[in-house]
Amino acid sequence: MKTLQLTVLGLFFALSTATSFAQTADEIINKYIKNIGGADKLKALNGIKMNMVTNYGGMELPVEMVQLTGGKQYVKINMQGKEITQMASDGATVWSTNFMTMSAEKSDAENTENAKLSNADFPDAMLDYKVKGYSAEFIGKETKEGTECLKVKFTKKPIKVDGVQTDDVSYFYFETENYLPIAVEVEIKSGPMKGQKSVSTMSDYQEVEGLFFPFAMNMSGQDLKIKKITLNPTVDSNAFAFPAPAAAEPAKK
Amino acid sequence: MKISKLFIASSIVLSIYTSSAQDKVILKGKELFGDLEARHIGPALMSGRTTDLALHPTNNKIVYVATAGGGVWKSSDGGATFAPIFDEHIQSIGCIAIDPSKPDQNIWVGTGEVWTRNSVSVGDGIYKSTDGGQNWKNMGLPKSDRIGAIIVDSKNSDIVWVAVLGALWGDSDDRGIYKTIDGGITWNKVFYVDNKTGCSDLIIDANDSNIMYASFWEFRRTGWSFSSGGTKSALYKSIDGGKTWNKIHNGFPEGQLGRIAITIAPSNSTILYSVLETEKKENNGLYRSDDSGASWKHLNSDFGLVVRPFYFSRITVDPKNAQIIVKAGLSGSISRDGGKTFKSLGDMHSDIHDIVFDINDSNRMYFATDGGVYRSWDGGSTPEMVSNIPVSQFYHVSIDDKEPYNVYGGLQDNGSWYGPTKSPGGVESRDWTRIGQGDGFRVLKHPTKNIIYSEMQGAENVWRFNTDTQELITIQPLAVKGEPKLRFNWNAPMEVSKKQTDRFYMGSQFVHKSEDMGRTWTKISPDLTTNDKLKYDIKNPGGLSNDNSGAEKHCTIFTIAESPVNENVIWAGTDDGNIQITQDGGKTWNNVIANIIGLPKNTWCYHIEASVFGAGTAYAVFEGHAKNDYAAYTYKTTDFGKTWKSIITADVDGFVRNIQEDFKNENLLFLGTEKGLYITIDGGNNWSHFTNKMPSVAIHYMELNPKTNDLVMATHGRGIIIIDDITPLRQINQEMLNKDVHFFDLKNAVIEEQSNFGQTATELEFVGNNPSSSAQIIYYLKKRHTMGKMEMEIQDTNGNKIITLVPKKQKGINVVNWDYNMKNPKIAAGKTISYAGFTAPRVQEGTYKAVLTKGKEVYTHEFKVVNDPKSAIAPNDRLKQQITTRALFNMNEELAYSVYEVDEILKLINQIIAKNKNFIKEGTKMKALFDALKFKMVVTTGDGYVGTADPQLREKLGELYATIAGNFTAPSSSQIDNMESVKISFDEILNEFKSLKTKNEGVYLKQAAANGLPFILKSFTDFISE
Repeated sequence: MKTLQLTVLGLFFALSTATSFAQTADEIINKYIKNIGGADKLKALNGIKMNMVTNYGGMELPVEMVQLTGGKQYVKINMQGKEITQMASDGATVWSTNFMTMSAEKSDAENTENAKLSNADFPDAMLDYKVKGYSAEFIGKETKEGTECLKVKFTKKPIKVDGVQTDDVSYFYFETENYLPIAVEVEIKSGPMKGQKSVSTMSDYQEVEGLFFPFAMNMSGQDLKIKKITLNPTVDSNAFAFPAPAAAEPAKK
Repeated sequence: MKISKLFIASSIVLSIYTSSAQDKVILKGKELFGDLEARHIGPALMSGRTTDLALHPTNNKIVYVATAGGGVWKSSDGGATFAPIFDEHIQSIGCIAIDPSKPDQNIWVGTGEVWTRNSVSVGDGIYKSTDGGQNWKNMGLPKSDRIGAIIVDSKNSDIVWVAVLGALWGDSDDRGIYKTIDGGITWNKVFYVDNKTGCSDLIIDANDSNIMYASFWEFRRTGWSFSSGGTKSALYKSIDGGKTWNKIHNGFPEGQLGRIAITIAPSNSTILYSVLETEKKENNGLYRSDDSGASWKHLNSDFGLVVRPFYFSRITVDPKNAQIIVKAGLSGSISRDGGKTFKSLGDMHSDIHDIVFDINDSNRMYFATDGGVYRSWDGGSTPEMVSNIPVSQFYHVSIDDKEPYNVYGGLQDNGSWYGPTKSPGGVESRDWTRIGQGDGFRVLKHPTKNIIYSEMQGAENVWRFNTDTQELITIQPLAVKGEPKLRFNWNAPMEVSKKQTDRFYMGSQFVHKSEDMGRTWTKISPDLTTNDKLKYDIKNPGGLSNDNSGAEKHCTIFTIAESPVNENVIWAGTDDGNIQITQDGGKTWNNVIANIIGLPKNTWCYHIEASVFGAGTAYAVFEGHAKNDYAAYTYKTTDFGKTWKSIITADVDGFVRNIQEDFKNENLLFLGTEKGLYITIDGGNNWSHFTNKMPSVAIHYMELNPKTNDLVMATHGRGIIIIDDITPLRQINQEMLNKDVHFFDLKNAVIEEQSNFGQTATELEFVGNNPSSSAQIIYYLKKRHTMGKMEMEIQDTNGNKIITLVPKKQKGINVVNWDYNMKNPKIAAGKTISYAGFTAPRVQEGTYKAVLTKGKEVYTHEFKVVNDPKSAIAPNDRLKQQITTRALFNMNEELAYSVYEVDEILKLINQIIAKNKNFIKEGTKMKALFDALKFKMVVTTGDGYVGTADPQLREKLGELYATIAGNFTAPSSSQIDNMESVKISFDEILNEFKSLKTKNEGVYLKQAAANGLPFILKSFTDFISE
């Protein structure tokens, strides 16, 4: 089950830049922001909830993802009636549910510090990206998903990987026809696939209260289908915080 | 809304486009191939030739390795594992350089290997990455051919010097030292000797960037000769940042020099070491200067220092100790006394081309060899191989008709091998079997018997091996009395007949035929070559140092092809540019080379593909790189060679070595070039570069499996690469390209019965992928689906939904995999996760429909699923498995619903207690009863590992279900007995629940109503389908 945890966790991180939505890089990004609903509408958002399904080993699993301003976010899956937090953060502590014990465990310090660097990303890392200290560069046209795309190199603040400072670079492919991102490539930084590219794709863009979102995504091989998007959802703020240790379990009978 | 406007606008544009372009849709490369992907099976156990190493200057976890034919690989874990980072570009690499001031960003790669053996490939310029190797851009020097060194200024990333060794096979004005001051946008040639002498090495004094040293080498290869050395080979020094250069030969012998190695001691830049190839053996070897090159002293002529200078010319000094030096070579040698004496390095693959010391710990070293990368932690005494770099250099591949089929082939300096294309857990190192020594070339399996033919260089040995009896005999044709000496190519042709299975051909300058698997030979041709004595009677090849390996044997037959239609039609192509045909089994031969218009004379005939579409139809591939001609030449004849038509277009980049025709569609052809795979679907009018997981690697040979329709490629640098089932490519035509959606008809999908065991490889070993064992739904989309909904499901023929799949949405070919599973069971909620929930029942064999919904349009496609033909399971047993699985599936879901009910009741009682204090006593009692019941239904304690609780009904039921559902045959009697016992508990517990509910529901429902607590249970159907 470790695999699932890692995969879903991984896809969440990809998701937080990719979905949140967002012939110079600036022109492309401006058109993109405009085409998904405009900067004003995006800036008015204070949170978003996505109810999705993913497929794990043939099993369709419900996934709920919430992102609020300030880095508050969680991804929960529901498996056999159990709610499992794949990743949650209150902006300061990143944690998840251990699959074996079903108890919350904190993420390691490096991962937490890296995640905190993106706390200001909501609703879209590309919105006012320069203010956030990010940079974007138009690389050129390239065929992705069989269609012509504009390739943009998007660099965020450097992260640390096993103690070494490393550039945080993603390559976004905007379909020339509509300036919507349909693919994102990121170098895998650790694990057995390190050094190779992780590719995510986005499609099925649909409108929700004046904003456009991709309702189908594939994050490094993991498919996600969005069933419902709620803008500015009401969420219990406790849902993001690392839970207090559970009471001792009753002894086995 | 802008999007919808935009969308409408684009639809209009599209409709205009389609109506005007209805007649011809031409899709190239990535627009067409979509999800069709290449599959790499390695092997990596012998790896392949690696040519250069580069270390990050401050982070010793980062290591780059250049390879002879497999691109650039990067490690970010201190050399434990490597990943390929240069797949989109030519794979022959000369050198890698890391920008000292931006080592995490700027990486430079000079293409074209500089260890100039006969089989060496070519480069096409210099490349730069600004993101640590993820993306690359060609920065020019397109005719540099091979680049020996790159130096990036330590303070200014825009200043770069490049040593261009240049063309191996001809004169070139592009040799010399180049400099850019604008990061590679423009280049200036700062030093040039002549068109025969290139810059083989270039180093800089790290303490003073005005001081540089450059070695120049006069060298040349032809198809029949190699020469190293001349009067222009020299060592130069510049003290003004490369503006002027002067020879520094004080202490070097007079006369011609060959290849010169040069290095500087990082800890003391007045100390230089150089290795010379000279006119006299006693002058060869190591020279040292202690005065920055002002004078030299000869120290050593040991074999390890002087062996094959053209192949080994690197010398490296320990960064911390100027007295410790290592020399690349046959085995590699190390000196700890400043070069006076040397000892061999520890055992590793021979032919070591580069050696580096770790930046922090000089005991940690890396070695680039002909058999991959090695690492050592003890100063080179105990090297250990890196086992995940599959850069094996195949010269050839053949296949057998087994299922799964095996591949057979020989490798540069790594013998001959065969291995499976599919294996439990993936194709691992242990799956490969060695079948020859030395350099390996062609390996052929007897069409019907368990006999394998293999060979080593120049047919010095041709082996026939019986895999049943282990009988090994040597069978190469030998010269007989009164006949001339036989001339076999380094890579000598062998061929088995498709018509007469014991027939075996070999080619020297003659075609030899055996009807008894190589025991008796008959010459069936005269000398078919140009028989030009000047090209084969070469004495002492090598130049200053003899290099008599046989690698330059010329005027030989290189390819033989018997027509699959008529066994009397045999083609032979020669390395000196003849193409000969016999139509009477070898009685008479006709040289038809003059009929090919536009082909330069004496161009190497690399491959002849005798067609299945007619006895007179064939394709001939020529390549002239050994004459410094990199053009692509491929021709087709349909009249036994009387007339030929070129099928090459401007789409093809790189010279061609092989062509493979499809057996069904005459217009579908595959072209193996020095820069990868090209495919045409219209008989060669248009070619598309295939790049999906397919590097731009040299393809030396291809086979198409007639059973599986897999294209199997022998790459000279990335092992065996397969494109599974090319059937969709056969069906591409204008009519379907004009449709919005088109489903391809594929062979029946087989539910394979296989174990899930396997995978013995360690975490650091390469494991080749297996082919998909799922049912594949393959369709073409005219346009990428970006806006609006697109969904897919599988239905039975009555339209009942079986499962939802996620469709692919790219323009071109899309592949969706279905693993034959139906919906998974809904499992009862417990303290832990039940793994039964991950097991779905499989469908039975039969016809199914893929239903694709795209906006308002619905597209359907029927396909067949069949049982594994090798299975011995009786239909009745399959039926029993199906029925039992379904019964257990239903029990799991019934239990899940009951547990849901119990949980809801418990929740309600808690709510009542919270509202009504008078109910506390009765409610608590009632709760205890339901809790006790639930305790028997499902685990409510423990964890998912070793803290697991005793299994309850859910666990017992789930385990039995998963086991039986996972099998293909009927449940065993023991399983049936177990099911009986589980069923008894199941009935008891569910009955207990029913009576408990009946007894108490009057009370809790009344209480709920009285306290305003609504109690609504989902129906079973709603619960199951949510």
